[in-house]
Amino acid sequence: MWRDAALVAERDLRVELRSRVAINQVAPFALLVLVLFAFALDPDTGVLASATAGLYWLVVLFSALLAVSRSTSIDEVDGIRDALRLSGLAPAGVFLGKVAAVAAQLLLLEVVLVVAVAVLYDPELGGFPLMIATMLAATVAVASTGVLYGAVVSGVRVRDTLLPVLLLPVLAPVLIGATKAFETAFGAEGLHGWGWCGLVSFFAVVYLVAGSLAYGALLEG
Amino acid sequence: MELVVHFRAAVALLGRFPALAGIDLDVAQGQIVLLRGPNGAGKTTFLRACAGLVPVVEGEAEVLGCDLRRNPRGVRGRVGLLGHGTGLYDDLTVGENVRFWGRAARAEAADVASALALLGLDGRLRDVAVNKLSAGQRRRTSLACLLARRPALWLLDEPHAGMDAAARDQVDSLVRQAVAQGATVIFSSHESDRATALADRVVEIAGGVAVGPDLKVAADVA
Amino acid sequence: MSDPTDSIDPFDGASVPAHTGSALTRVLGLSALAALVVWALYGLVWSPPDREMGDLVRLLYVHVPVAILFYAGAGITTAASLLWLRGRTPGWDALAVAGAELGVVFGALTLLTGSIWGKPTWNTFWTWDARLTSTALLEVLLIGYLAVRRVDPSPAGGSVRASILGLLLFPNVIIVHFSVDWWRSLHQPATVTRLDPTIEGDMLVALMVGMLAGALVFAWLLVHRFRVAWLEQQVERHDLDAAVAARRAEGGLSPSTSTSTSEAQPA
Repeated sequence: MWRDAALVAERDLRVELRSRVAINQVAPFALLVLVLFAFALDPDTGVLASATAGLYWLVVLFSALLAVSRSTSIDEVDGIRDALRLSGLAPAGVFLGKVAAVAAQLLLLEVVLVVAVAVLYDPELGGFPLMIATMLAATVAVASTGVLYGAVVSGVRVRDTLLPVLLLPVLAPVLIGATKAFETAFGAEGLHGWGWCGLVSFFAVVYLVAGSLAYGALLEG
Repeated sequence: MELVVHFRAAVALLGRFPALAGIDLDVAQGQIVLLRGPNGAGKTTFLRACAGLVPVVEGEAEVLGCDLRRNPRGVRGRVGLLGHGTGLYDDLTVGENVRFWGRAARAEAADVASALALLGLDGRLRDVAVNKLSAGQRRRTSLACLLARRPALWLLDEPHAGMDAAARDQVDSLVRQAVAQGATVIFSSHESDRATALADRVVEIAGGVAVGPDLKVAADVA
Repeated sequence: MSDPTDSIDPFDGASVPAHTGSALTRVLGLSALAALVVWALYGLVWSPPDREMGDLVRLLYVHVPVAILFYAGAGITTAASLLWLRGRTPGWDALAVAGAELGVVFGALTLLTGSIWGKPTWNTFWTWDARLTSTALLEVLLIGYLAVRRVDPSPAGGSVRASILGLLLFPNVIIVHFSVDWWRSLHQPATVTRLDPTIEGDMLVALMVGMLAGALVFAWLLVHRFRVAWLEQQVERHDLDAAVAARRAEGGLSPSTSTSTSEAQPA
């Protein structure tokens, strides 16, 4: 299973390297939304700086929708699904491989966004261990949930409109948790940042397991 | 000679539609069987059913000793399907595609290399992205992915489509080579003369069943 | 080939209804009606107004049972999805969709009564109260479940996708509830979020009768909806034989599949 996962992860990342969708489309979209938030929330009043954590994770969530959609579409090409079913690859391995690929892209994006946010919103950053732990946990949570739900709506005409409706309510706890963790890292009191990080990690584990178990049934349809 | 494929009164559904409506068809090892018939007759569905991709809801269906009604996945590693879709990743090169599908099926690196060579894909074409290839070249790439896995049963849906004469000759010789090494081949085609010449048996498919006796039986079947 | 008059037992032993009414539904329906009447009497007339909330507490006699039944509907969907995935018996699939639809209805009622209660109390229709927010999120999850069922042209495909979503309702409910609760508790002192007054005496009776009446209505609706779904599956099944015959006619063959045609020619 792990060997299959590595194979699939490498394949997805290679496809991304060739097609450059994340670099050319998702990253600019994310940066654009960051800028739009500034237009909507007037940089001078200090609202942006205090709301940085929440806004940051909102942008990550929206970007994840695009990344997941792209990851799902790679395997929707005519004949690929049949080939995957025939290939002898363990479905759990395929799932984990895709999660790894999406997570890698999201992590890279998140690092870029941290820099962008530091420059544009001028918040008080700090607590880097908590920040990094949260980024890792939340990324895995979002990626695993996204790949699983992407498979649920794969191949369907209304996929792109249905995916956000399914995914965003489910990820609400991750948004809450990651935001609280970041706020704690930035110096807010009484928010139990590490506790929230733990909740997000638990969420990630649940969806890693759920996706590994369910992906096979979804492939077979 | 043992039966590689055994279907008796088999009904297979595509959604609610009975694409196979009680088909009887047996194929022994080492045969090259051509399926002919009008569009929508069920040839593609039969090939996919042999690969365990389409559920058989009634009748008997056994491929390579595996009961498709109870365990459709059991046959997966041992058959190769060349379908309508290419089954290729457009952004990756020919070599990367064949290598990926080969490694996924635990094929030997040597088999992957020889598959590329046998289909003329180990030269300049190996490093060309699939989305820059012609339809015939893509078909050859898909065939290479199948070849690398050395399946016991080849299921080819219109293998000659989109290829020039040289490529078709290549396909024919590959099929004969595979059968000589113990494989069995079932294919569908609209190319009358060439297909009939290649096949040992010709079976007419219409309305989801095999119609009438075999239209051709080779004088001696290896 | 199976006899066309055979019917499929959804649960290997349940009887075959000719229509969705039966002795069971009549009993359920009548007792539900009776319970509703008693409930209205208790809720509106016989129980006293609360010390602090006044007559507004009467709304809780609706809100609490309806909320519990919302979770019951979601729970039925989850359990039925799991059982369907394991055995692919069509009856579980019918139960799952019935549970989800009832869940959506009772969820909407929960949100509605919650909002109505909130307006006089806090002068706003929506409060980010933990329970209301969780309920709203879960309502969206159930609506998503129903949307996914319709999305795949092949009947089994929609059921597989939806049943995975149904299974995931269970961890989602727990995680969402827990995290929203914790989130609100960070910012609001406990007393302000209090939705539950002390309930005793006639008020308790009113609440219990409400639970009973709600449960009976829920059960009555569930039985009917389940049977409708199951009859739909029956119709599909009987259509299959006709479809096979029509298909064979395309090729000029007889409708029966008992004649064998080609056979392998051994070498």
